[in-house]
Amino acid sequence: MQLLSDIQVIFGGFRVTLAHMLRKPVTIQYPEQKRVPYPRFRARIVLTRDPDGGERCVACYLCSAACPVDCISMQSAEREDGRRYAAWFRINFSRCIFCGLCAEACPTLAIQMTPDYEICTRDIMDLVYEKEDLLIDGCGKDASYNFYRHAGIGVTQTRGEGLEETPPVDVRALMP
Amino acid sequence: MTAFSLDITLFAIKLALVFFVILTLAAYLVFAERRILAWVQDRKGPNRVGPFGLLQPLADLIKLLTKEDVIPGAADRWLFYLAPAMAAIPAILIFSVIPFGAPLTIFGRNLPLVVADLNVGLLFFLSLSSIAVYGVAIGGWASNSKYALLGGIRGLAQLISYELSMGLSLVPIVMLSRSFNMADIVAAQATIPFIVYQPLAFIIFMLSITAECKRIPFDLPEAEGELVAGFHTEYSGMRFGLFFVGEYINIIVLGGLAATFFLGGWHGPLLPPTVWFSFKTLAVAFFFIWMRGTLPRLRYDQLMHLGWKVLTPLALVNILITGWWLALK
Repeated sequence: MQLLSDIQVIFGGFRVTLAHMLRKPVTIQYPEQKRVPYPRFRARIVLTRDPDGGERCVACYLCSAACPVDCISMQSAEREDGRRYAAWFRINFSRCIFCGLCAEACPTLAIQMTPDYEICTRDIMDLVYEKEDLLIDGCGKDASYNFYRHAGIGVTQTRGEGLEETPPVDVRALMP
Repeated sequence: MTAFSLDITLFAIKLALVFFVILTLAAYLVFAERRILAWVQDRKGPNRVGPFGLLQPLADLIKLLTKEDVIPGAADRWLFYLAPAMAAIPAILIFSVIPFGAPLTIFGRNLPLVVADLNVGLLFFLSLSSIAVYGVAIGGWASNSKYALLGGIRGLAQLISYELSMGLSLVPIVMLSRSFNMADIVAAQATIPFIVYQPLAFIIFMLSITAECKRIPFDLPEAEGELVAGFHTEYSGMRFGLFFVGEYINIIVLGGLAATFFLGGWHGPLLPPTVWFSFKTLAVAFFFIWMRGTLPRLRYDQLMHLGWKVLTPLALVNILITGWWLALK
Protein backbone atom coordinates (compact mmCIF):
# COMPACT_ATOMS: atom_id res chain seq x y z
CA MET A 1 0.00 0.00 0.00
CA GLN A 2 1.31 3.40 -1.05
CA LEU A 3 0.50 5.23 2.20
CA LEU A 4 2.19 2.64 4.41
CA SER A 5 5.37 2.63 2.34
CA ASP A 6 5.38 6.46 2.36
CA ILE A 7 5.15 6.51 6.14
CA GLN A 8 7.85 3.86 6.36
CA VAL A 9 10.13 5.95 4.13
CA ILE A 10 9.54 9.10 6.17
CA PHE A 11 10.39 7.35 9.42
CA GLY A 12 13.44 5.82 7.75
CA GLY A 13 14.58 9.36 7.01
CA PHE A 14 14.06 10.38 10.63
CA ARG A 15 16.08 7.38 11.76
CA VAL A 16 18.96 8.27 9.42
CA THR A 17 19.12 11.90 10.58
CA LEU A 18 19.02 10.81 14.22
CA ALA A 19 21.91 8.42 13.60
CA HIS A 20 23.89 11.26 12.00
CA MET A 21 23.06 13.54 14.93
CA LEU A 22 24.80 11.11 17.26
CA ARG A 23 27.79 10.59 14.99
CA LYS A 24 31.10 12.39 15.51
CA PRO A 25 31.33 15.48 13.26
CA VAL A 26 33.91 15.43 10.51
CA THR A 27 34.75 19.13 10.97
CA ILE A 28 38.42 20.08 11.27
CA GLN A 29 38.66 23.04 13.69
CA TYR A 30 40.97 25.00 11.44
CA PRO A 31 43.20 27.36 13.39
CA GLU A 32 43.71 24.80 16.17
CA GLN A 33 43.68 21.66 14.05
CA LYS A 34 45.35 21.76 10.69
CA ARG A 35 44.98 19.12 8.06
CA VAL A 36 48.29 17.90 6.66
CA PRO A 37 48.15 18.19 2.88
CA TYR A 38 49.60 15.59 0.55
CA PRO A 39 53.11 16.28 -0.85
CA ARG A 40 51.68 17.03 -4.28
CA PHE A 41 49.10 19.49 -2.91
CA ARG A 42 49.20 22.64 -5.06
CA ALA A 43 49.64 25.80 -3.02
CA ARG A 44 52.36 28.45 -2.63
CA ILE A 45 54.77 28.50 -5.59
CA VAL A 46 58.55 28.51 -5.05
CA LEU A 47 61.63 28.85 -7.21
CA THR A 48 64.13 26.10 -6.46
CA ARG A 49 67.86 25.77 -6.86
CA ASP A 50 69.83 23.02 -8.54
CA PRO A 51 71.94 20.55 -6.49
CA ASP A 52 74.99 22.78 -6.94
CA GLY A 53 73.22 25.75 -5.39
CA GLY A 54 72.67 27.78 -8.54
CA GLU A 55 69.31 29.18 -9.60
CA ARG A 56 67.39 26.74 -11.75
CA CYS A 57 65.31 29.39 -13.46
CA VAL A 58 66.57 30.32 -16.92
CA ALA A 59 63.90 32.99 -17.49
CA CYS A 60 62.42 31.26 -20.53
CA TYR A 61 58.95 32.79 -19.95
CA LEU A 62 57.22 29.40 -20.43
CA CYS A 63 55.55 29.59 -17.02
CA SER A 64 54.40 33.10 -17.70
CA ALA A 65 53.00 31.99 -21.06
CA ALA A 66 51.30 28.95 -19.58
CA CYS A 67 49.69 30.89 -16.74
CA PRO A 68 45.95 31.17 -17.48
CA VAL A 69 45.54 34.22 -15.26
CA ASP A 70 48.78 35.96 -16.21
CA CYS A 71 50.04 36.28 -12.68
CA ILE A 72 53.71 35.55 -13.44
CA SER A 73 56.00 38.21 -14.85
CA MET A 74 59.79 38.42 -15.09
CA GLN A 75 62.68 40.02 -16.90
CA SER A 76 65.35 37.76 -18.37
CA ALA A 77 69.05 38.56 -18.18
CA GLU A 78 72.27 36.82 -19.09
CA ARG A 79 75.37 36.32 -17.03
CA GLU A 80 78.83 36.91 -18.44
CA ASP A 81 79.35 33.22 -19.02
CA GLY A 82 76.15 33.03 -21.06
CA ARG A 83 73.98 31.47 -18.36
CA ARG A 84 70.47 32.99 -18.31
CA TYR A 85 68.66 34.09 -15.18
CA ALA A 86 65.68 36.24 -14.20
CA ALA A 87 66.64 39.80 -13.32
CA TRP A 88 63.37 40.04 -11.46
CA PHE A 89 60.64 37.48 -11.05
CA ARG A 90 57.18 38.28 -9.70
CA ILE A 91 54.14 36.14 -8.89
CA ASN A 92 50.93 37.87 -7.94
CA PHE A 93 49.30 35.36 -5.59
CA SER A 94 46.16 37.43 -5.40
CA ARG A 95 45.52 36.35 -8.99
CA CYS A 96 47.07 32.90 -8.89
CA ILE A 97 44.56 30.06 -9.16
CA PHE A 98 47.08 27.37 -8.14
CA CYS A 99 46.45 25.33 -11.29
CA GLY A 100 50.06 24.16 -11.48
CA LEU A 101 50.40 24.79 -15.22
CA CYS A 102 53.54 26.89 -14.62
CA ALA A 103 55.21 24.02 -12.79
CA GLU A 104 54.22 21.66 -15.60
CA ALA A 105 55.59 24.01 -18.22
CA CYS A 106 58.95 24.60 -16.53
CA PRO A 107 61.73 22.83 -18.44
CA THR A 108 64.27 23.29 -15.65
CA LEU A 109 61.96 22.24 -12.77
CA ALA A 110 62.68 25.64 -11.21
CA ILE A 111 59.11 26.65 -10.47
CA GLN A 112 57.34 24.20 -8.18
CA MET A 113 54.17 23.97 -6.12
CA THR A 114 54.41 23.45 -2.36
CA PRO A 115 51.75 22.28 0.11
CA ASP A 116 51.95 25.52 2.14
CA TYR A 117 48.38 26.80 1.79
CA GLU A 118 48.40 29.49 4.49
CA ILE A 119 49.47 32.56 2.58
CA CYS A 120 46.53 34.89 3.14
CA THR A 121 47.26 38.37 4.51
CA ARG A 122 45.39 41.53 5.44
CA ASP A 123 47.10 43.65 2.80
CA ILE A 124 46.64 42.47 -0.76
CA MET A 125 49.99 43.96 -1.80
CA ASP A 126 51.67 41.45 0.51
CA LEU A 127 50.51 38.75 -1.88
CA VAL A 128 52.78 40.03 -4.65
CA TYR A 129 55.87 37.87 -4.19
CA GLU A 130 59.20 39.06 -5.58
CA LYS A 131 62.10 36.83 -6.56
CA GLU A 132 63.70 36.94 -3.11
CA ASP A 133 60.38 35.81 -1.57
CA LEU A 134 60.04 32.97 -4.04
CA LEU A 135 63.59 31.63 -4.15
CA ILE A 136 64.34 28.84 -1.67
CA ASP A 137 67.63 27.21 -0.71
CA GLY A 138 66.77 23.73 -1.89
CA CYS A 139 65.97 21.52 -4.81
CA GLY A 140 62.30 20.95 -4.06
CA LYS A 141 60.80 17.78 -5.44
CA ASP A 142 63.55 16.70 -7.85
CA ALA A 143 66.74 16.80 -5.86
CA SER A 144 69.19 15.54 -8.48
CA TYR A 145 68.10 17.42 -11.57
CA ASN A 146 70.37 20.09 -12.94
CA PHE A 147 69.23 21.54 -16.24
CA TYR A 148 72.61 22.89 -17.28
CA ARG A 149 74.23 19.47 -16.75
CA HIS A 150 71.96 18.17 -19.53
CA ALA A 151 71.57 21.14 -21.82
CA GLY A 152 74.16 23.70 -20.94
CA ILE A 153 76.39 23.05 -23.90
CA GLY A 154 78.69 25.91 -24.50
CA VAL A 155 77.55 27.65 -21.35
CA THR A 156 78.60 25.69 -18.30
CA GLN A 157 80.44 22.89 -20.01
CA THR A 158 81.92 22.19 -23.36
CA ARG A 159 80.44 19.81 -25.89
CA GLY A 160 80.47 16.19 -24.75
CA GLU A 161 80.69 16.89 -21.05
CA GLY A 162 76.96 16.86 -20.34
CA LEU A 163 75.12 13.95 -18.77
CA GLU A 164 73.67 11.40 -21.21
CA GLU A 165 75.67 13.07 -23.90
CA THR A 166 78.07 11.18 -26.11
CA PRO A 167 81.30 12.94 -27.00
CA PRO A 168 81.27 14.69 -30.40
CA VAL A 169 82.30 12.60 -33.33
CA ASP A 170 85.15 13.85 -35.46
CA VAL A 171 83.53 13.49 -38.89
CA ARG A 172 86.87 13.59 -40.62
CA ALA A 173 88.05 10.58 -38.62
CA LEU A 174 84.81 8.72 -39.28
CA MET A 175 86.03 6.85 -42.31
CA PRO A 176 85.10 3.28 -43.16
CA MET B 1 1.05 47.15 50.82
CA THR B 2 -2.57 46.72 49.91
CA ALA B 3 -3.93 43.52 48.44
CA PHE B 4 -4.51 45.23 45.11
CA SER B 5 -1.00 46.56 44.71
CA LEU B 6 0.39 43.16 45.72
CA ASP B 7 -1.67 41.59 42.96
CA ILE B 8 -0.40 44.12 40.47
CA THR B 9 3.23 43.57 41.55
CA LEU B 10 2.98 39.81 41.31
CA PHE B 11 1.35 40.11 37.91
CA ALA B 12 4.06 42.47 36.66
CA ILE B 13 6.80 40.11 37.89
CA LYS B 14 5.10 37.18 36.19
CA LEU B 15 4.72 39.15 32.96
CA ALA B 16 8.35 40.28 32.95
CA LEU B 17 9.51 36.75 33.69
CA VAL B 18 7.42 35.26 30.88
CA PHE B 19 8.65 37.90 28.43
CA PHE B 20 12.27 37.36 29.38
CA VAL B 21 12.06 33.58 29.24
CA ILE B 22 10.20 33.50 25.92
CA LEU B 23 12.56 35.92 24.17
CA THR B 24 15.70 34.27 25.56
CA LEU B 25 14.37 30.85 24.67
CA ALA B 26 13.59 32.02 21.13
CA ALA B 27 17.12 33.35 20.72
CA TYR B 28 18.61 30.13 22.04
CA LEU B 29 16.29 28.06 19.89
CA VAL B 30 17.94 29.68 16.86
CA PHE B 31 21.28 28.60 18.28
CA ALA B 32 19.97 25.11 19.10
CA GLU B 33 18.59 24.76 15.62
CA ARG B 34 21.92 25.69 14.06
CA ARG B 35 23.78 23.24 16.28
CA ILE B 36 21.33 20.37 15.79
CA LEU B 37 21.14 20.88 12.03
CA ALA B 38 24.93 20.89 12.00
CA TRP B 39 25.01 17.58 13.87
CA VAL B 40 22.54 16.11 11.41
CA GLN B 41 24.91 17.14 8.63
CA ASP B 42 28.02 15.80 10.46
CA ARG B 43 29.23 19.32 11.24
CA LYS B 44 29.84 21.08 14.55
CA GLY B 45 27.87 24.28 14.04
CA PRO B 46 28.60 27.66 15.66
CA ASN B 47 30.99 27.00 18.56
CA ARG B 48 33.27 30.05 18.53
CA VAL B 49 31.48 32.78 20.50
CA GLY B 50 31.78 31.97 24.18
CA PRO B 51 31.93 28.46 25.67
CA PHE B 52 30.35 26.00 23.19
CA GLY B 53 29.21 29.03 21.18
CA LEU B 54 26.64 29.90 23.83
CA LEU B 55 27.01 33.65 23.25
CA GLN B 56 26.19 33.27 19.56
CA PRO B 57 22.61 34.65 19.96
CA LEU B 58 24.11 37.80 21.50
CA ALA B 59 26.55 38.19 18.63
CA ASP B 60 23.71 37.68 16.15
CA LEU B 61 21.66 40.32 17.94
CA ILE B 62 24.50 42.85 17.79
CA LYS B 63 25.01 42.05 14.12
CA LEU B 64 21.33 42.48 13.28
CA LEU B 65 21.03 45.71 15.24
CA THR B 66 24.06 47.32 13.64
CA LYS B 67 23.24 46.29 10.08
CA GLU B 68 21.86 48.77 7.61
CA ASP B 69 18.07 48.77 7.48
CA VAL B 70 17.36 48.83 3.75
CA ILE B 71 13.90 49.85 2.58
CA PRO B 72 13.20 49.32 -1.12
CA GLY B 73 12.39 52.55 -2.96
CA ALA B 74 9.10 51.23 -4.31
CA ALA B 75 7.99 49.76 -0.97
CA ASP B 76 4.87 50.84 0.87
CA ARG B 77 6.78 52.34 3.78
CA TRP B 78 4.27 52.19 6.61
CA LEU B 79 3.08 48.68 5.87
CA PHE B 80 6.71 47.69 5.44
CA TYR B 81 7.45 49.00 8.93
CA LEU B 82 4.37 47.37 10.38
CA ALA B 83 4.65 43.85 8.97
CA PRO B 84 7.50 42.44 11.16
CA ALA B 85 5.68 43.55 14.28
CA MET B 86 2.47 42.00 13.03
CA ALA B 87 4.30 38.73 12.58
CA ALA B 88 6.03 38.71 15.99
CA ILE B 89 3.44 40.24 18.35
CA PRO B 90 0.60 37.68 17.87
CA ALA B 91 3.13 34.91 18.45
CA ILE B 92 4.06 36.36 21.85
CA LEU B 93 0.44 37.14 22.70
CA ILE B 94 -0.64 33.54 22.19
CA PHE B 95 1.59 32.51 25.06
CA SER B 96 -0.48 34.63 27.43
CA VAL B 97 -3.22 31.97 27.53
CA ILE B 98 -0.94 28.96 28.00
CA PRO B 99 -0.73 27.68 31.59
CA PHE B 100 2.93 26.89 32.15
CA GLY B 101 2.74 25.52 35.68
CA ALA B 102 0.49 24.53 38.54
CA PRO B 103 -1.14 27.49 40.36
CA LEU B 104 1.16 28.81 43.09
CA THR B 105 0.29 30.27 46.48
CA ILE B 106 2.44 33.31 47.32
CA PHE B 107 1.80 35.62 50.32
CA GLY B 108 -1.44 33.81 50.98
CA ARG B 109 -2.93 34.49 47.58
CA ASN B 110 -3.54 32.23 44.64
CA LEU B 111 -1.32 32.94 41.65
CA PRO B 112 -2.21 30.99 38.52
CA LEU B 113 0.87 30.44 36.35
CA VAL B 114 -0.78 31.77 33.22
CA VAL B 115 -0.70 35.38 32.09
CA ALA B 116 -4.37 35.64 31.15
CA ASP B 117 -6.72 32.94 32.40
CA LEU B 118 -9.32 33.49 29.67
CA ASN B 119 -12.40 31.29 29.56
CA VAL B 120 -12.10 31.26 25.76
CA GLY B 121 -8.32 30.71 25.66
CA LEU B 122 -8.52 28.25 22.79
CA LEU B 123 -10.55 30.64 20.63
CA PHE B 124 -8.13 33.45 21.56
CA PHE B 125 -5.27 31.31 20.25
CA LEU B 126 -7.12 30.53 17.01
CA SER B 127 -7.95 34.17 16.38
CA LEU B 128 -4.41 35.36 17.09
CA SER B 129 -2.89 32.75 14.82
CA SER B 130 -5.20 34.11 12.11
CA ILE B 131 -3.88 37.62 12.74
CA ALA B 132 -0.32 36.34 12.37
CA VAL B 133 -1.17 35.66 8.71
CA TYR B 134 -1.32 39.42 8.13
CA GLY B 135 2.36 39.84 8.99
CA VAL B 136 3.32 37.48 6.17
CA ALA B 137 0.79 38.85 3.69
CA ILE B 138 1.50 42.53 4.38
CA GLY B 139 5.26 41.95 4.47
CA GLY B 140 5.07 40.28 1.06
CA TRP B 141 2.81 42.96 -0.35
CA ALA B 142 4.57 46.02 1.02
CA SER B 143 8.02 44.97 -0.25
CA ASN B 144 6.82 45.51 -3.83
CA SER B 145 9.03 42.68 -5.03
CA LYS B 146 7.86 39.69 -7.05
CA TYR B 147 9.52 37.15 -4.80
CA ALA B 148 8.10 38.70 -1.66
CA LEU B 149 4.66 38.96 -3.20
CA LEU B 150 4.68 35.32 -4.30
CA GLY B 151 5.85 34.33 -0.82
CA GLY B 152 3.11 36.40 0.75
CA ILE B 153 0.45 34.85 -1.48
CA ARG B 154 1.68 31.38 -0.69
CA GLY B 155 1.80 32.18 3.00
CA LEU B 156 -1.75 33.47 2.93
CA ALA B 157 -3.11 30.43 1.12
CA GLN B 158 -1.14 27.99 3.25
CA LEU B 159 -1.97 29.51 6.61
CA ILE B 160 -5.67 29.80 5.80
CA SER B 161 -5.82 26.18 4.60
CA TYR B 162 -4.01 24.75 7.57
CA GLU B 163 -5.76 26.89 10.13
CA LEU B 164 -8.90 25.02 9.17
CA SER B 165 -7.49 21.59 9.94
CA MET B 166 -5.77 22.94 13.06
CA GLY B 167 -9.03 24.36 14.39
CA LEU B 168 -10.93 21.18 13.52
CA SER B 169 -8.32 18.98 15.18
CA LEU B 170 -8.86 20.92 18.41
CA VAL B 171 -12.64 20.40 18.46
CA PRO B 172 -12.34 16.88 19.97
CA ILE B 173 -10.17 18.38 22.73
CA VAL B 174 -12.93 20.81 23.60
CA MET B 175 -15.47 17.98 23.43
CA LEU B 176 -13.43 15.86 25.82
CA SER B 177 -12.58 18.59 28.32
CA ARG B 178 -15.93 20.42 27.88
CA SER B 179 -14.19 23.79 28.09
CA PHE B 180 -12.40 26.41 26.01
CA ASN B 181 -10.33 27.37 29.03
CA MET B 182 -6.74 26.20 28.80
CA ALA B 183 -6.49 25.58 32.54
CA ASP B 184 -9.55 23.33 32.33
CA ILE B 185 -8.10 21.51 29.33
CA VAL B 186 -4.92 20.84 31.32
CA ALA B 187 -6.92 19.82 34.36
CA ALA B 188 -8.86 17.32 32.25
CA GLN B 189 -5.55 15.61 31.42
CA ALA B 190 -4.48 15.15 35.03
CA THR B 191 -4.45 11.36 34.72
CA ILE B 192 -4.25 10.56 31.01
CA PRO B 193 -3.05 13.06 28.37
CA PHE B 194 -5.34 13.54 25.39
CA ILE B 195 -2.79 12.10 22.97
CA VAL B 196 -3.91 8.67 24.18
CA TYR B 197 -7.55 9.37 23.29
CA GLN B 198 -6.83 11.48 20.22
CA PRO B 199 -3.72 10.24 18.38
CA LEU B 200 -5.21 11.20 15.01
CA ALA B 201 -6.05 14.72 16.19
CA PHE B 202 -2.50 14.99 17.55
CA ILE B 203 -0.97 14.06 14.19
CA ILE B 204 -3.26 16.49 12.36
CA PHE B 205 -2.46 19.22 14.88
CA MET B 206 1.30 18.66 14.60
CA LEU B 207 1.21 18.78 10.79
CA SER B 208 -0.98 21.89 10.88
CA ILE B 209 1.19 23.80 13.34
CA THR B 210 4.25 22.91 11.25
CA ALA B 211 2.51 24.60 8.35
CA GLU B 212 1.34 27.35 10.68
CA CYS B 213 4.87 28.36 11.68
CA LYS B 214 6.08 27.92 8.10
CA ARG B 215 8.64 25.24 8.85
CA ILE B 216 10.10 22.62 6.56
CA PRO B 217 8.43 20.61 4.98
CA PHE B 218 5.83 23.38 4.70
CA ASP B 219 8.13 26.38 4.31
CA LEU B 220 6.70 27.42 0.96
CA PRO B 221 6.24 31.11 1.89
CA GLU B 222 10.00 31.46 2.20
CA ALA B 223 11.19 28.60 -0.08
CA GLU B 224 14.77 29.79 -0.53
CA GLY B 225 15.28 27.61 -3.59
CA GLU B 226 12.56 29.35 -5.58
CA LEU B 227 11.71 32.64 -3.89
CA VAL B 228 15.08 33.85 -2.52
CA ALA B 229 13.63 34.27 0.99
CA GLY B 230 9.93 34.58 0.23
CA PHE B 231 7.95 37.21 2.06
CA HIS B 232 10.99 38.65 3.91
CA THR B 233 13.26 38.88 0.84
CA GLU B 234 13.50 42.68 1.05
CA TYR B 235 13.92 42.90 4.82
CA SER B 236 17.28 43.47 6.45
CA GLY B 237 18.72 44.30 9.84
CA MET B 238 16.49 44.06 12.88
CA ARG B 239 13.28 44.07 10.81
CA PHE B 240 14.37 40.78 9.32
CA GLY B 241 15.43 39.78 12.83
CA LEU B 242 11.92 40.39 14.08
CA PHE B 243 10.45 38.08 11.43
CA PHE B 244 13.12 35.55 12.32
CA VAL B 245 12.62 35.74 16.07
CA GLY B 246 8.86 35.73 15.54
CA GLU B 247 9.20 32.42 13.76
CA TYR B 248 11.06 30.91 16.70
CA ILE B 249 8.71 32.39 19.28
CA ASN B 250 5.99 30.75 17.21
CA ILE B 251 7.75 27.41 17.49
CA ILE B 252 7.97 27.69 21.28
CA VAL B 253 4.37 28.86 21.58
CA LEU B 254 3.03 26.15 19.29
CA GLY B 255 5.14 23.60 21.12
CA GLY B 256 3.59 24.84 24.35
CA LEU B 257 0.14 24.53 22.79
CA ALA B 258 0.84 20.98 21.63
CA ALA B 259 1.96 20.21 25.17
CA THR B 260 -1.16 21.84 26.63
CA PHE B 261 -3.69 20.26 24.29
CA PHE B 262 -2.30 16.76 23.87
CA LEU B 263 0.68 16.02 26.13
CA GLY B 264 -0.93 16.80 29.47
CA GLY B 265 0.31 20.35 29.94
CA TRP B 266 2.27 20.75 33.16
CA HIS B 267 1.12 17.41 34.58
CA GLY B 268 3.83 14.87 35.13
CA PRO B 269 5.33 12.70 37.85
CA LEU B 270 8.20 13.62 40.21
CA LEU B 271 9.52 16.80 38.58
CA PRO B 272 7.97 20.25 39.23
CA PRO B 273 5.12 21.23 36.87
CA THR B 274 6.99 24.06 35.13
CA VAL B 275 9.87 21.72 34.35
CA TRP B 276 7.48 19.21 32.84
CA PHE B 277 5.88 21.94 30.73
CA SER B 278 9.26 23.22 29.50
CA PHE B 279 10.40 19.68 28.76
CA LYS B 280 7.32 18.92 26.66
CA THR B 281 7.53 22.26 24.84
CA LEU B 282 11.21 21.84 24.03
CA ALA B 283 10.63 18.24 22.94
CA VAL B 284 8.13 19.49 20.35
CA ALA B 285 10.59 22.22 19.32
CA PHE B 286 13.32 19.59 18.97
CA PHE B 287 11.01 17.53 16.82
CA PHE B 288 10.49 20.55 14.54
CA ILE B 289 14.24 20.99 14.17
CA TRP B 290 14.74 17.28 13.58
CA MET B 291 12.04 17.39 10.93
CA ARG B 292 13.78 20.31 9.25
CA GLY B 293 16.95 18.25 9.04
CA THR B 294 15.08 15.30 7.53
CA LEU B 295 12.25 16.16 5.17
CA PRO B 296 12.34 18.00 1.83
CA ARG B 297 9.92 20.79 0.99
CA LEU B 298 6.51 19.90 -0.41
CA ARG B 299 5.39 21.18 -3.78
CA TYR B 300 2.59 23.75 -3.70
CA ASP B 301 -0.09 21.41 -5.09
CA GLN B 302 1.01 18.65 -2.70
CA LEU B 303 0.66 21.09 0.18
CA MET B 304 -2.87 22.05 -0.85
CA HIS B 305 -3.74 18.42 -1.52
CA LEU B 306 -2.58 17.40 1.95
CA GLY B 307 -4.38 20.25 3.65
CA TRP B 308 -7.74 20.16 1.92
CA LYS B 309 -8.12 16.56 0.79
CA VAL B 310 -6.46 14.71 3.66
CA LEU B 311 -6.15 16.65 6.92
CA THR B 312 -9.44 18.56 6.90
CA PRO B 313 -11.67 15.55 6.04
CA LEU B 314 -9.74 13.41 8.54
CA ALA B 315 -10.25 16.03 11.24
CA LEU B 316 -14.00 16.13 10.46
CA VAL B 317 -14.24 12.33 10.63
CA ASN B 318 -12.32 12.45 13.90
CA ILE B 319 -14.88 14.87 15.34
CA LEU B 320 -17.71 12.55 14.33
CA ILE B 321 -15.97 9.53 15.86
CA THR B 322 -15.27 11.44 19.07
CA GLY B 323 -18.90 12.57 19.28
CA TRP B 324 -20.13 9.02 18.72
CA TRP B 325 -17.75 7.69 21.36
CA LEU B 326 -18.78 10.39 23.88
CA ALA B 327 -22.45 9.67 23.21
CA LEU B 328 -21.93 5.94 23.83
CA LYS B 329 -19.99 6.49 27.04
